[in-house]
Amino acid sequence: MIFEHIEKIQIISIIGSLAFLVMIARLIKNSMLKEAYSILWLIFAAVFLVFSCWKDGLDYFAAMVGIYYPPAMLFLILIIALILVLVQFSVIISSQSDKIRALTQELALLRNEFRNSKKDTGKS
Amino acid sequence: MLTSPVQDMAKTTLVIIPCYNEEASIQTVIEEVMAILPDFKILVINDCSKDKTSEVARKTGKATVIDLPVNLGVGGAVQTGLKFCMRNQAEFAVKLDGDGQHDPEYIQAIIQPLFEHKADIVIGSRFLKENTGFQSTFLRRLGIRFLQLVCRLLTGQRITDPTSGFRAYNRRAIEFMANHYPSFDYPEPEEIVLASKNGLKMIEVPVQMRARKAGVSTISSAVSVYYMLKVTLAMIFIFLRNPEREMS
Repeated sequence: MIFEHIEKIQIISIIGSLAFLVMIARLIKNSMLKEAYSILWLIFAAVFLVFSCWKDGLDYFAAMVGIYYPPAMLFLILIIALILVLVQFSVIISSQSDKIRALTQELALLRNEFRNSKKDTGKS
Repeated sequence: MLTSPVQDMAKTTLVIIPCYNEEASIQTVIEEVMAILPDFKILVINDCSKDKTSEVARKTGKATVIDLPVNLGVGGAVQTGLKFCMRNQAEFAVKLDGDGQHDPEYIQAIIQPLFEHKADIVIGSRFLKENTGFQSTFLRRLGIRFLQLVCRLLTGQRITDPTSGFRAYNRRAIEFMANHYPSFDYPEPEEIVLASKNGLKMIEVPVQMRARKAGVSTISSAVSVYYMLKVTLAMIFIFLRNPEREMS
C-alpha cells in the first residue's frame, strides 16, 4: 500500500481502526469479551483497516457499487457491520430468553418439591 | 484385572459421562464401565436430551444422573460434572463419551499417570502409535492434523489427538476447569491451550476408540472449515488471554 496522496480522512480512519482493534483485543485478553461475540467486530475492524490503507481498492469497490464519494463506502461498511452485530445480538437475546424462562420454571418447580419434601420430613 | 493402586482410586474417582440424546448407547456404556471398574462412581450429565437418555441411565441403578434444565453443549455438561466433583471431594475424574466410542478398558491406562503424579490431565490419544482401532475419515484426519499444528504452535507441546474427549483430571485440574472451562461447543482443543497457559501438565496415553454404537454423531460437522476457523480462533484467543489469576 503506497501512500502517495494520503488524505486526512484516511489517517483518521486508520488510527480509529487500530485503536478499535486494540480495544477489542484488550477486552478479549481480560476475559471480558467471549471469542464468539468478538469475531464480527474483528472482521469488520480488519476490513475497515484494509480499506483505510488501500485507497485504490476503496475507489474501485465504491465505483462498482455506484458510490461517488469513496469514503462514503467506509460508512456503508460500518453500517453493515452494525446491522450484522445487532442481528447477532437479537439471535443471542432470543436464545437467552428461552433459557432464562426454562431456568425460572425449573427453579420454581424445584422450590415446590423442596418445600414438599421438607413438609414430609417435618411430619415424620 | 485392576492394579491395586487404581482400585484405591475408586473411592475418590468420578467417571463423568456427558450425554445428549444417547438413549441407545448409554445403558451399555454404564454397564461396561461397571463391569471393568465396579467400585467407581458414575456420573451421567444429561444435557437436556430430548429422548429418554435420563430414564435409561437411571434405570441401570448404577449411575448418578444430573439433568441440566437447559442445553449447554458438551463443555457446559463436562463443567457441571467437574463442579459436582468439587462438591463431592473427588480427587480424580475421568471423562467418557456416552456414545460408546471410548472403550472403558482404557480408563485404567488414563488414570494411572494421575495417581503416579505424572500429570494433571491425561489425554487418551488415538494417534500415539500404530493401532488398528477405529480411525476417522480422511477429511477428519486432515482437520486433526491442522489442529495438531495449531496446538504445537500455541503450547509448545506435541499433542497428537487434540479433539479426543477421553480424558482424566486430577484434583488440581478439576479445581481449575470447574471454574474456567472453555466454550461450550467443541472445547477439547481449547482446553489444551487453556491448560498449557495455566500451568497444568498434560500427557497422552495411547488408546483405541470404537465406532459409535448407535445414534447420530454430534461432531459430524467437526470437519467443516467453519469449525476449524472457529476453534483455531478460540485457541488463539485463549493463548493471548492473561492466565487466570488463581493459578499464579
